[in-house]
Amino acid sequence: MLPKEYKTISELSGPLLLVNKTKNVRYDELVEIELASGERRRGRVLEITSDKALVQVFEGTDGIDIKSTKMLFLGKVLTLPVSKDMLGRVFNGRGEPIDDGAPILAEKKLDINGMPMNPFSRDYPSEFIQTGISTIDGMNPMVRGQKLPIFSGSGLPHNRMAAQIARQATVISGHEDFAVVFAAMGITFEEASFFMEDFRKTGAIQRTVMFVNLADDPAIERITTPRLALTAAEYLAFEQDMHVVVILTDLTNYCEALREISAARKEVPGRRGYPGYLYTDLATMYERAGRLKGKKGSITQIPILTMPEDDKTHPIPDLTGYITEGQIILSRTLHRKGIYPPVDVMPSLSRLKDKGIGAGKTREDHADLMNQLFAGYARGKEAKELAVILGEGALTEEDKAFAKFADMFEDQYVRQGEYRNRTYEETLELGWDLLTVIPVKELKRVRDAYIAKYLQPRLKSEEKAQAVSGKV
Amino acid sequence: MAAEKVIKGTIEKISGPLVVAKGMFGAGMYDVVRIGEIGLVGEIIELKGDTASIQAYEETSGLMPGERVVSTGEPLSVELGPGLIEQFYDGVQRPLNLIEDAAKSHYISRGIDVPAIDRKKKWEFTPKVKAGDAVEQGDILGVVQESVLVEHRIMVPVGLGGKVVKIEKGSFTVEEVVAVLEQNGEKKNVTMLQRWPVRKARPVAKRLPPVIPMTTGQRVIDTFFPIAMGGTACVPGPFGSGKTVVQHQLAKWAEAEIVVYVGCGERGNEMTDVLLEFPELEDPRSGHPLMKRTVLIANTSNMPVAAREASIYTGITMAEYYRDMGYSVALMADSTSRWAEALREMSGRLEEMPGEEGYPAYLGTRLASFYERAGRAIVLGGDKREASVSAIGAVSPPGGDLSEPVSQNTLRVAKVFWGLDATLAYQRHFPAINWLLSYSLYTEKLDEFWDVKFDDEWSPTRIEAMTLLEDEDKLREIVRLVGVDALSKEERMVLETAKSLREDFLHQNAFHEIDTYASMEKQFKMLKTILAFHHISMDALKKGASMNEVFNLPVREAIARMRYLEEKDIGKIDDIEGQIKNEVAGVTPVGGESDAA
Repeated sequence: MLPKEYKTISELSGPLLLVNKTKNVRYDELVEIELASGERRRGRVLEITSDKALVQVFEGTDGIDIKSTKMLFLGKVLTLPVSKDMLGRVFNGRGEPIDDGAPILAEKKLDINGMPMNPFSRDYPSEFIQTGISTIDGMNPMVRGQKLPIFSGSGLPHNRMAAQIARQATVISGHEDFAVVFAAMGITFEEASFFMEDFRKTGAIQRTVMFVNLADDPAIERITTPRLALTAAEYLAFEQDMHVVVILTDLTNYCEALREISAARKEVPGRRGYPGYLYTDLATMYERAGRLKGKKGSITQIPILTMPEDDKTHPIPDLTGYITEGQIILSRTLHRKGIYPPVDVMPSLSRLKDKGIGAGKTREDHADLMNQLFAGYARGKEAKELAVILGEGALTEEDKAFAKFADMFEDQYVRQGEYRNRTYEETLELGWDLLTVIPVKELKRVRDAYIAKYLQPRLKSEEKAQAVSGKV
Repeated sequence: MAAEKVIKGTIEKISGPLVVAKGMFGAGMYDVVRIGEIGLVGEIIELKGDTASIQAYEETSGLMPGERVVSTGEPLSVELGPGLIEQFYDGVQRPLNLIEDAAKSHYISRGIDVPAIDRKKKWEFTPKVKAGDAVEQGDILGVVQESVLVEHRIMVPVGLGGKVVKIEKGSFTVEEVVAVLEQNGEKKNVTMLQRWPVRKARPVAKRLPPVIPMTTGQRVIDTFFPIAMGGTACVPGPFGSGKTVVQHQLAKWAEAEIVVYVGCGERGNEMTDVLLEFPELEDPRSGHPLMKRTVLIANTSNMPVAAREASIYTGITMAEYYRDMGYSVALMADSTSRWAEALREMSGRLEEMPGEEGYPAYLGTRLASFYERAGRAIVLGGDKREASVSAIGAVSPPGGDLSEPVSQNTLRVAKVFWGLDATLAYQRHFPAINWLLSYSLYTEKLDEFWDVKFDDEWSPTRIEAMTLLEDEDKLREIVRLVGVDALSKEERMVLETAKSLREDFLHQNAFHEIDTYASMEKQFKMLKTILAFHHISMDALKKGASMNEVFNLPVREAIARMRYLEEKDIGKIDDIEGQIKNEVAGVTPVGGESDAA
């Protein structure tokens, strides 16, 4: 059937346009819009009744006029041409190359919305990824197939950290096919070029596919950008057997674009004007991470979002946290102290850590050590708060030891250079080194066997130092 | 299905999961329809004249106005019969493993039609009645061994009864006739397969108050905020506070004969985790894998939103079916907030007048009628079997703020409230159930039960421990203001014991092979020992013992390690009290009433 051309636009509002007298239009169909100037744009059918279609224009509606604009319903959904040659290339939010390279010869074209993975067909992520960052590897270990977002705020170094992860991430079992898919939604040119520069400098660009929608690109394209990236990632992971890390930045811009469409459709808003289906919509992206039974590849997602006013209860971080498998939260306080990466380990969490660590994966003592460091740091911070109100003198000897531990933890464990790649063993050893500050009987979260094996040898050499510092 | 009046309409409008169809006059509310040429499954949720609003259980992409809509004339129903246990279903009871085979893909494709219960499998049917017996609805006709743990009882369907004309032992598929009944002179065939509309509660003979505990092996729950068989509980908490781990722990260790676990709009990997873990884990009571008593329903967050709305009804109908056999059933729904959001999304698309935060005005009623389907009851049948469905729903309040509508409406109906606390979670105190916030309306009733079992010692011990924890909160407030030195020795002792209660009793490691489950006996012994230390030390302090010495006695190490004792060794906990006495006596000044501090 030949696609029909319509010139019956009756209404334009925000990113939406309403077409009258339509026939045989399908829900979710792709639309091509030809402006009077000859410019072509694309859109998607959001709602249809028997003779009207509501179309969302990806590139925005500016310049479209009711009189002369032509519409073509293409009878298919938006697809992305994929091929292994996409590695090393840069695309825009419509999936077109923008790096002056040759067009992509498609091996196949994939629906960018993907399909939900059958939970029965999933394989549970259990392979430890070493990111080289202690606060992640030691405290919130990440595994292949996990979705672990970075909750950040304006002005915090989340981009540097994401780039560091992309650069350093490896699995300890050895070298395997590895790729990074990077989707930028509404970030500034400066930020985008930081990533490009960093990937180029380190050679990572060779195994990277970038989809870039800059702050001055049409906002509506932000809806498709992450879906293009995830479609490319699915192709690379499950058809080309690669291990793919997908970095999505910045989800906050994505949600704003979604809100814009929702408002234009005059939908009943949920919290803070975001549409009621924000959770479901985000889930259709985040849930595309994972592993599949019988497939070698995997998709690990690192979405980045800036929390408005550093507020974790804002709908975007809140709903994200309910879908993703944990979160890495950056702290402004640590950042002010000049600590990089300023990971606030207390509220950070990796939900899949338990299956990825321990004997055979990392080391037997990993889980206990991690729990002890958490408990110790929490107690130390509490003691420090107390000291602020009542003065050091009010602290017990134990509390003083914990307070000291908390300081050392931030200074040595959390603080780490941007180009310092710590192996997980280095991270674990560092953890034990720090625990020597705390009296042994307070180490309730570690098994005796591990205390004997890992802590005792250290105590002999450091007992004196500890005795001195404890009494001062 | 009545062939004479198949109702066929045409699509008028499509907006996401909402499809509006014309020409549907005569169709019933909540009837299931097939939409479009590919035959997507949907359900009528609104009727106006001959226009029906339909929620589609599958993605509607590619549908076109003008395509046909055919009503099946039947409300959304589940199939009930042997073969449910160990199955893994989506929200409208499609088996996900068979979807994988049918779709030949790791993804869920649309329009797939697979039977919920295997039609080919033969089951060994053993009759429990014989020809000539009179039976009524709910009576057990015979049994089938569904899994090593579950004997599936084939009941006389609701509304049927009369004389057994024919019943045979043998091997049958679920669709073959196993018995013939004669009711009012009419012969009725009974198969092992029944259908039941999910939105309608299955009837019982008589409802009973929940007075028997359902132990869960989780100390903070069983000791302080217990749930009864047939009770309702909710677990609200912000993300990262461990809701899902609590739900998993309950699914693993709750003292129920059947567990129905509904993953409603949650993470795919979590369901995979359950699916991989449950066949490996051993039920502490039977020694068989937990999966042998479990039905899983998963409608993950990225699966169609309308099917998510249906999933908790699918779950509770299955739970009721096993209850009717005489089992104690526990249903976990994770998370009811996602279910409510599905409700909100559909309501928004129907352009209904929104209530609070955009949720429909009927949210409270729907939630209440869901929780009301739980309960302890005498089920249908001449032998007056007693059984129960306990419902435990997780709630995910935005930002952890309990003032939102889903939490508030849930709190109005659920009898147990396990409030999860982000601060505790940050300190890695798990389960992060806040002991000052949570409550259980079953506590008193269940105290009576345990007092009988533990010689009247139970409730005083529990109450004393709770009082200490409450005192601690007040004392900590003082410490925060004026420092620990302002406290008396006795108050310091209270702080010390409360800390021990928190760290050595309330804190429980779900991932530690032994600590993950504690029997009631073990819980009681642990609690008694911690309080024994409190009493003995308090005495010694009054006699002038030094705080530092008492607090640092080696026996405290033994107290801290009680939780890691295996169930067979819990007798050793009794020895600790002797050790406490000895050691405390060692640091108490002889005959001293003088105060050394």
